[in-house]
Amino acid sequence: MNVLVCVKHVPDTETRVKVKPDGMGLDLAEANWVINPYDEFAVEEGIRLKEKLGGEVTALTVGDEEATKTLRQALAMGADKAVLLTDAAFQGGDALGIARVLAAAARKIPFDLILCGKHAVGEDNQQVGTLVAQLLDVPCVTVVTGLEFDGQAAICKREIEGGTEVVKASLPALITCQKGLNEPRYPSLKGIMAAKKKEVLKWGLADLGLEASTVGATGAGFQLRKLELPPPRPEGKVLAGEIPDQVKELVRLLREEAKAL
Amino acid sequence: MKILVFAEQRDGKLKKASLEAMSVGRELADATGGEAAAVVVGQGISGLAAELGKVGADKVFVGDDALFAAYSNDAFGLAVGKAAQAYGADCILFSATAMGKDLAPKVTARLGMGLLSDVTAYSVEGGSPLFRRPIYAGKAFATLTPVPGKPFAVTLRPNVFPVADKAKAGEVVPLDHGVTPGDIKSVVQQILTAQGGLLDVAEANIIVSGGRGMKGPENFPILEALAKALGGAVGASRAAVDSGWIGHEHQVGQTGKVVSPGLYIACGISGAIQHLAGMSSSKVIVAVNKDPEAPIFKVATYGIVGDLFEVVPLMTKAVEELKAKG
Ligand SMILES: Cc1cc2nc3c(=O)[nH]c(=O)nc-3n(C[C@H](O)[C@H](O)[C@H](O)COP(=O)(O)OP(=O)(O)OC[C@H]3O[C@@H](n4cnc5c(N)ncnc54)[C@H](O)[C@@H]3O)c2cc1C
Ligand SMILES: Nc1ncnc2c1ncn2[C@@H]1O[C@H](COP(=O)(O)O)[C@@H](O)[C@H]1O
Repeated sequence: MNVLVCVKHVPDTETRVKVKPDGMGLDLAEANWVINPYDEFAVEEGIRLKEKLGGEVTALTVGDEEATKTLRQALAMGADKAVLLTDAAFQGGDALGIARVLAAAARKIPFDLILCGKHAVGEDNQQVGTLVAQLLDVPCVTVVTGLEFDGQAAICKREIEGGTEVVKASLPALITCQKGLNEPRYPSLKGIMAAKKKEVLKWGLADLGLEASTVGATGAGFQLRKLELPPPRPEGKVLAGEIPDQVKELVRLLREEAKAL
Repeated sequence: MKILVFAEQRDGKLKKASLEAMSVGRELADATGGEAAAVVVGQGISGLAAELGKVGADKVFVGDDALFAAYSNDAFGLAVGKAAQAYGADCILFSATAMGKDLAPKVTARLGMGLLSDVTAYSVEGGSPLFRRPIYAGKAFATLTPVPGKPFAVTLRPNVFPVADKAKAGEVVPLDHGVTPGDIKSVVQQILTAQGGLLDVAEANIIVSGGRGMKGPENFPILEALAKALGGAVGASRAAVDSGWIGHEHQVGQTGKVVSPGLYIACGISGAIQHLAGMSSSKVIVAVNKDPEAPIFKVATYGIVGDLFEVVPLMTKAVEELKAKG
């Protein structure tokens, strides 16, 4: 089974977000950048499938040179190949722009399955996987916590409100991975050394045969007006006294002051 | 603007989130001098049009067909796309529910539209809408406006927008959906409901969450009892989930569910940045923690410094007494 895994280079979840003074960008200078946590589930699943069924795992990312680090992480975990999709023309693209780049790359590599993360932390779009699937006209199952195969079909468990859906999708397909699907491995020292020797291909606009107007800022559907931090929360009250009295007071406050009960 | 709202139903019942979305659709239509329609897809669901009319749908595109008996994003995506084209929609609204988030990008990729996820506020300025959405799980907010003249779509966070009483005609338009069995490449075969029948954290207006301070899975029944007394759901920190004390579907935070209920009660949770990102937009926050220095107290509306094993059962009792008094 040949698997493509889409991985994004993101600020880690410890990041304290700061807004630039003009309110039109984030100051992420102090952030530590990592592979998107959900994409680790995708890489892990791809490697497990390869180990079981044979085939190749290729990691793809749309980003700048820095994003090569995330590709190396996927290679160190056990991916066979990696492609950095990079071009000045991709800058400022929205989820659909990124999906168009990924779909164009996927058309150049034979695949049975594409794995993405459920969502990329940061932008929190939760769209790119499905967009790629639709552009490639392959079925898509999102937020998957269990994956099995039945001949030419994937049987997926996906999380919904208050339960789980069992979805059957014909292959080739695209699946977005949720926590619970697997436990991602840590790269071994051998894996890290091997990753350094693996080639990272680089494809740009022309290699992918894309029009600049469809992928970059000019293709985006929305314009940013401003970025801001959440308003500070009003000063809270820490109660005092004997615990039973505190609880009584809490319930009274919740009912009378906060009107939350 | 012409606004089309995807109305989600399960087992023939409209989701409350869809009524919220329809209300937003109505208001956006009125504020921009336009009209609002809904599209509902399923089997045996024609009766839902009247309900959508009551919350502001001028028209309801109804796709009532055995092909829609089980959810398939292929079939539903095609049908909603057809409705958008038939209506000439400038804007499509979905709820940011499991189904809405699964379906919206199917539709926008086909129609080449931009999509904003998880919008929590909007306004209209000079005839064009502005949408606000959390990024970094709520560590910051972005306000965006659609590029003039380009149709677009939005998913709306459930439980944020009120349901308005603005009755319109709700005229039924049978949807010429054009879906054939060959279009369906993925389909829901079965739905397994969680045991216990407790509410999902994403849908609850009151959440009682436990963290590492719960000490073990055997103690979660005390949280469930409080949640039950309050009519709420049980949430958890990642520490509790990773320890295997409770399922991941309960996890609140940057890599769990981002929630903004009316009341969030954090028990034995320290308040790590990833947890705070997921819940600090809750209207009222209560923290119960032994450690007065725990960061959770920085966001708490009310705090009790104490042992949760003493506090939580007392709270349950107090709430039950209050409910009994009516
Ligand atoms: C990539 C990544 C993603 C993450 N995503 C999330 C996420 O989505 N959600 C999330 O929650 N975390 C997330 N985390 C983990 C986060 O960093 C913290 O480790 C976690 O939130 C801590 O959980 P906790 O507060 O339950 O445990 P702790 O930090 O150990 O806190 C336990 C608290 O319980 C109190 N306590 C102990 N006993 C009692 C008692 N008897 N009565 C009262 N209080 C008591 C203690 O004083 C302490 O404050 C993520 C981490 C990473 C690296
Ligand atoms: N720039 C990118 N490069 C590669 N994959 C991406 C990129 N952005 C998003 N993805 C994939 O799409 C998933 C969902 O991302 P998003 O829709 O941005 O939340 C991620 O988990 C990745 O698998």
